[in-house]
Amino acid sequence: MTNSGHGWYRHPLVQLTLVRYREFFREPEAVFWVFIFPILLTAGLGIAFRRTAPERTVVAVVSSAPGSERILQALGQDSSLKVEALGDSAAVDSLRSGRVALVVRPMASGEVEYEYDAERPEGRSTRLIVDAAVQRAGGQREVVQVRERKISERGSRYVDFVVPGLLGMNLMGSGIWGLGFAIVDARRKRLLKRLVATPMSRAQYLASFVLSRMTLLIIEVVLLLGFAMVAFGVPVRGSPLLLVVVCVLSSLAFTAIGLLIASRAKTVEGVSGLMNLVMLPMWIFSGVFFSASRFPDAIQPLIQILPLTAVVDALRATMLQGVGPSRLLPELAVIGGWLAVSFPLSLRLFRWR
Amino acid sequence: MAPPPSALFVRNLRKAYDDVIAVDGLDLEVLPGECFGLLGPNGAGKTTTIEICEGLTPPDAGEVVVLGRRWGRDDIQLRELLGISLQETQFSEKLTVSETIQLFRSFYRSGPEPEAVIEMVQLQEKAGARVGQLSGGQKQRLALACALVGDPQLLFLDEPTTGLDPQSRRQLWDLIERFRSGGRSILLTTHYMEEAEHLCDRVAIVDHGRVIALGTPRELVASLRAEHVLEFAVSNTEQVDETALAALEGVCSASRRDGSYRLQVEELHLTMPALVAELRRQGAQLSELRTHSASLEDVFVTLTGRHLRDE
Repeated sequence: MTNSGHGWYRHPLVQLTLVRYREFFREPEAVFWVFIFPILLTAGLGIAFRRTAPERTVVAVVSSAPGSERILQALGQDSSLKVEALGDSAAVDSLRSGRVALVVRPMASGEVEYEYDAERPEGRSTRLIVDAAVQRAGGQREVVQVRERKISERGSRYVDFVVPGLLGMNLMGSGIWGLGFAIVDARRKRLLKRLVATPMSRAQYLASFVLSRMTLLIIEVVLLLGFAMVAFGVPVRGSPLLLVVVCVLSSLAFTAIGLLIASRAKTVEGVSGLMNLVMLPMWIFSGVFFSASRFPDAIQPLIQILPLTAVVDALRATMLQGVGPSRLLPELAVIGGWLAVSFPLSLRLFRWR
Repeated sequence: MAPPPSALFVRNLRKAYDDVIAVDGLDLEVLPGECFGLLGPNGAGKTTTIEICEGLTPPDAGEVVVLGRRWGRDDIQLRELLGISLQETQFSEKLTVSETIQLFRSFYRSGPEPEAVIEMVQLQEKAGARVGQLSGGQKQRLALACALVGDPQLLFLDEPTTGLDPQSRRQLWDLIERFRSGGRSILLTTHYMEEAEHLCDRVAIVDHGRVIALGTPRELVASLRAEHVLEFAVSNTEQVDETALAALEGVCSASRRDGSYRLQVEELHLTMPALVAELRRQGAQLSELRTHSASLEDVFVTLTGRHLRDE
């Protein structure tokens, strides 16, 4: 230890915070879950939901029917369709199994029958495309001239939606897990009791967790956002300072919740159960992977007061919409509220032995 | 207060957990520079007593004065003056020995350099090793090092050598003796009578939360009035006449427990031939015979009828 002589290095808060780093970086699993896993998840989701040329819809034409040749030819000209000539029963089977979206059945009378599932959006849209092609082939003319302009806006893709969600989820996980396991493990090993038998300040012990969390947070956010920006061009439209404020406040709130969860638990199993119980509803309801507005109106007030919902909404608004601080007040109030309740409560409940 | 002021003074200490009485009116005084041992079986209330003295457990009743100070009033001062080794503390396995000692050193205003403490407990070769890789004896020496980093006036050691092999135990004893020779006071708990005999100036034998005997190890053993203990068993008879045994030459007392007999004997060379003759007279056949010098264990057995460790 060459630098053991420096005054700052001997300060208990520095020593306690160093312990936090050492315990974290010497645990490869923890480093993986906090730093690597979110990046892998971003990459996976970004690739799976990347925007490609829309897939061609498969349509079956009953080939035994009269006039099927003409229909096949008409539909074949539409590039968004993939047309198959099938026997009647094979065509119906394919429709039932969902392999084809619609069956076209030309009739002896010259009429054409469409068989499809009107409940499915794909069925309805395919009907429109097929019908337009059939009518055009039958001689129908367009009455109104239309022009088209196709866009692909950054910020409207799934990867843009999901990255703020993953960031929020990561802030939650590292805050709650990072604190819960370390404290309960120290309590189980009677290390907490040993520490309070020294002149150590209890406040400094807890502060070392917050301090290490805040510094690890920088690495976490920079890695995940940096990857998302470089690999997928995910935008950060709002002020970076506001983003920092949201991240820091969120991380503090989740750290306080982690402290609350860990304040009494005596076993690692017990605290894992508690942490999952707290986090599971938020993984589902807080709109990480899909919009929280999909859930019924009746439970929306509950969803809106979950800390992760507020965090994810605030991150999306900052990154994608670029809103200013005044628009974020409701979310910041929810996050700050969780911090203001959890921290004093956990200090009150905390058991050192 | 009567001079000399004691390092630790405990009077009428009581503590109950739910409906179990752990400490039941215990008195204790540790003099400056003394190594004092609490000897007793598991569950005797030793750990509760020492943790109350360490300020980690509040007592239900009683007076505790540590280095002339009291818990609840002088906590900050006391924490600086005490060195503590708890039973079964596990230090973080991912830290090295030197990192752990540096951490504990940072909590105290004054004390030796971490390197000096590492040398004191002879862990120089393991200074850079992770705590998870240490042997049981090395971990106990690390615990001792963490108790010594603040240069304590009074050292509390709760079962410092439990679970160690004989060699590691001796090594730890040497370290504790070296600390004591520096003039500081020690209170230790143990259920090894050899440990109490080897290390302690005075020993209090504790059972059911009370002190049942107090004195130097020599005084306690002398209280038996017999230097030897003779134990034997017989195979062919149901019972041997105990009064006849007690009347044998050189026997102070005789007792029977679990089919084996126990005689406290002043002069073994006189008792042995008399015992053999008496057994022959009663028609009993010896199946086992053991003798040993009287120890603190025998003091405990005489007082309670039980052994320190139930094997």
